[in-house]
Amino acid sequence: MKLNVNGVSHDVEADPATPLLYVLRNDLKLNGAKFGCGLGQCGACTVMVDGQAIFSCLTPAMLVEGRQVKTVEGLGTIDEPGPMQTAFIEEQAAQCGYCIAGMMMRAQALLEAKPDAGDADIRQALEPNLCRCGTHMRILRAVARARDLMRSKSASMPAAAGRAS
Amino acid sequence: MNAPDFPDLSRRGFLVGTGALLVSFTVPALAQQAAPAAPAPAPAPAKTSPLPGSLADTPSLDAWIRVDADGSITVFTGKAELGQGTKTSLRQIAAEELEVEPAAIRLITADTALTPNEGYTAGSQTIQNSGTAIRFASAQVRQILVAKASDKLGVPVDQLKAQDGKIVGPNGASAGYGELVAADFLHVDAAADTRLKAPETYHAIGKPFARVDIPAKVTGGEAFVQDMRLPGMVHARVVRPPSYSAKLTGFEEAAVKAMPGVVAVIHDGDFLAVVAKQEFQAVKAMRAMAVTAKWQERAALPDQDQIPPFLEKSVAEIGTVTSVGADSAPGAKTLEAQFTRAYQMHGSIGPSSAVAMVDNGLTTVWTHTQGVYPDRKAIAEMLGVLPEKVRCIHTEGSGCYGHNGADDAAADAALIAQALPGTPVRVQWMRGQEHLWEPYGPAMLTKASATLDADGNIVNWHYDLWSNNHGTRPGSAGSLIAGRLMARHFPPDPAKLQISPLGNGDRNAIPLYDVPNQRVNWHFVADMPVRVSALRGLGAYCNVFSIESFMDELALAANADRVEYRLRHLKDPRAKKVIEVAAEKFGWSNDPMPEGRGRGLAFAKYKNHAAYLAIALEADVDRDSGAIVLSHVVCAVDCGEAVAPDSIVNQTEGGILQSLSWTLYEAVHFNDTRILSPDWSAYPILRFSAVPDSVAVHVVDNPGSPYLGVAEAAQGPTAGAIANAFRHATGKRIHDLPYTRERVKAVLGV
Repeated sequence: MKLNVNGVSHDVEADPATPLLYVLRNDLKLNGAKFGCGLGQCGACTVMVDGQAIFSCLTPAMLVEGRQVKTVEGLGTIDEPGPMQTAFIEEQAAQCGYCIAGMMMRAQALLEAKPDAGDADIRQALEPNLCRCGTHMRILRAVARARDLMRSKSASMPAAAGRAS
Repeated sequence: MNAPDFPDLSRRGFLVGTGALLVSFTVPALAQQAAPAAPAPAPAPAKTSPLPGSLADTPSLDAWIRVDADGSITVFTGKAELGQGTKTSLRQIAAEELEVEPAAIRLITADTALTPNEGYTAGSQTIQNSGTAIRFASAQVRQILVAKASDKLGVPVDQLKAQDGKIVGPNGASAGYGELVAADFLHVDAAADTRLKAPETYHAIGKPFARVDIPAKVTGGEAFVQDMRLPGMVHARVVRPPSYSAKLTGFEEAAVKAMPGVVAVIHDGDFLAVVAKQEFQAVKAMRAMAVTAKWQERAALPDQDQIPPFLEKSVAEIGTVTSVGADSAPGAKTLEAQFTRAYQMHGSIGPSSAVAMVDNGLTTVWTHTQGVYPDRKAIAEMLGVLPEKVRCIHTEGSGCYGHNGADDAAADAALIAQALPGTPVRVQWMRGQEHLWEPYGPAMLTKASATLDADGNIVNWHYDLWSNNHGTRPGSAGSLIAGRLMARHFPPDPAKLQISPLGNGDRNAIPLYDVPNQRVNWHFVADMPVRVSALRGLGAYCNVFSIESFMDELALAANADRVEYRLRHLKDPRAKKVIEVAAEKFGWSNDPMPEGRGRGLAFAKYKNHAAYLAIALEADVDRDSGAIVLSHVVCAVDCGEAVAPDSIVNQTEGGILQSLSWTLYEAVHFNDTRILSPDWSAYPILRFSAVPDSVAVHVVDNPGSPYLGVAEAAQGPTAGAIANAFRHATGKRIHDLPYTRERVKAVLGV
């Protein structure tokens, strides 16, 4: 299979029925998408395909051939985080952090489709994703901040190496 | 090797090569000599024993801190990062006393080969125990460095100070920490009289540092045990019985073994697992094996709709939690109430996982256990080897909130890896395995009775609770699922009633309220047909829910304002303070509210010796749907000196929302044989549509005062405040957790 992930084309040797999640995590060694339920109930595995947020645990890899897959690794790097990542760092929007990459990808899909999404839109968009640590308030604030960062195009603030804002 | 933060040196490696000088010290004299003249000493955090915090068990300084010849500093903690910010806050504490920036500290967390044994990372005790130990050890190391610099520079200690990794004095005198290092120079015991820095001089404690682990977690870094990829690693899946006591009567090994990629089928008694080269191959093999496996089941579970009578008839022993004053007292009126709580899950978003490898007879396990040392002991017993033949390395997992499947997954990996020496084996539980096999928070029944005098004051208080033990952690090999299932069938540890200040089922069963005559008893239920253990807060969740619900009823009976009624029964000024702050910030009043809307407040001092927390909130009850919606929530918390204020807020917000989820939705369902809650549709939890509009947490800081555990403090008060807001909104009291829509409608007669 040929998969385009984060703008790079990969040749993958795998059973075409393999869920995209396992291909991303094991064949491409990308950590962002997480295994949470394998049932499409929790959203920890959320990635974007052609701009839409999908459950990678339920999507056979062969279905995304020829399409653009984006994971949290495609939003920026630890040295040059993108606006969504910067916003989550600035809001300190994580406890254990296991659900967070999935939250970010669902929020990214929303903001790419609707750059002026309101707070109610954000809540509604995140409904499929579960957080068990109870970080919801910070996640909502982080997504709103990401929206503002994207709008103001001041997108490349450095990661907080020391003190938070 | 790519485990996050994995140290590439053994403990021995750390201890050799520290320099050639042989210097020995007489510790108490040194501590006295090195005690700085100024600033004024701060009160000692949690100084209740001769040596503070975990120093009491592990007094040697070099167990906690190492300074290398290049000036680098390594700090060791036996506690683990569980998502509570430990890796950041412990660095802040060490950096404070060592006079460096937190980023200069290398921190090694729980690892049986490297770190002190600090038992479990549980009970909101990391800062209280490990933080206190690291604080005192760091201060003493600084003082040792000052003394050594004094010798080296010929400058009296009172003219020297530590500053940014150096000891500096007048006229440019300066020596870097690395220049002062000598062999075994920290191989000395901690001194009880070490002086700490004064709060007004802090540069790290209480300051807003960003969490060190978050950048990797939001950019796809290797952050969790689930992310480990060792060379040659294979993927394993366990095949669990359909119910706790099911016996394996047959399975078809050959067909599964012939499947693509399968490298092993593991069968030991009722323990079944498959191992494959690729993860999805393992999943398919697991499914195939589950189809062929035949099990003999038996009905052994109680009736889920009759839990209170089950608990009442299963009492093995009655323990006295407290008995103060007279058994009864005359009064104007007596009220009684009964409360219950269902079995509830930890429900980690990432199912449990572990990686294990057997190499030259040593089994190394990377695990998100809360206790590497106890888990090692149990796994060693299960494998029939000495504990030294097992190394457990904590590697972060998804948030656990207590004893979930972590230890069991570690045992699974360790057992499976024995069949494949030299090959790293990664075990990943499926969602249903976590949901069905994790040990739940136990169901509880409580009964309260109180007598009021003519002024409405409480003169007599009786409280009885019925509960299992809330702590079935390892323990012996029988505390591990693999240990029980394997052919040796290790028996579970016998349940014992233990009443201690820490509390268990009886945690927070004694009200902090001032009542002259009190009787509190734990009716101990030893039989555990449903697997149970520690869930965040233990008995405090149901006890505080019960006590705070009951306090509101007493206030109503006394015709008193519910806040004033609590305050008048409290003596502790810090308890009063958090209630006053929460009420004031919330805007507490007795003004009438719109139909279906109510306000509620609740309070507890966690374990009666940790953080003080009060919470006020407003709830809307929709009669037609039975839905309860919180609008705004205000909390005040006092956990002594605040090391990492934002982490305290983060943890407390999290506790509030998690408790909201428990309180509104959560109950494990089962029939007489099987657990029936295998996924998030059968066990729904909080989603974004039900999150409050706002949650405000106010930290009441007390610089210089002892650290008080805080991470679990919100669980009980949140439930109490929701219950009281519901009562205020509807005039009806729900006595049973959770407050499901069905229950709300039934109580409202809809």
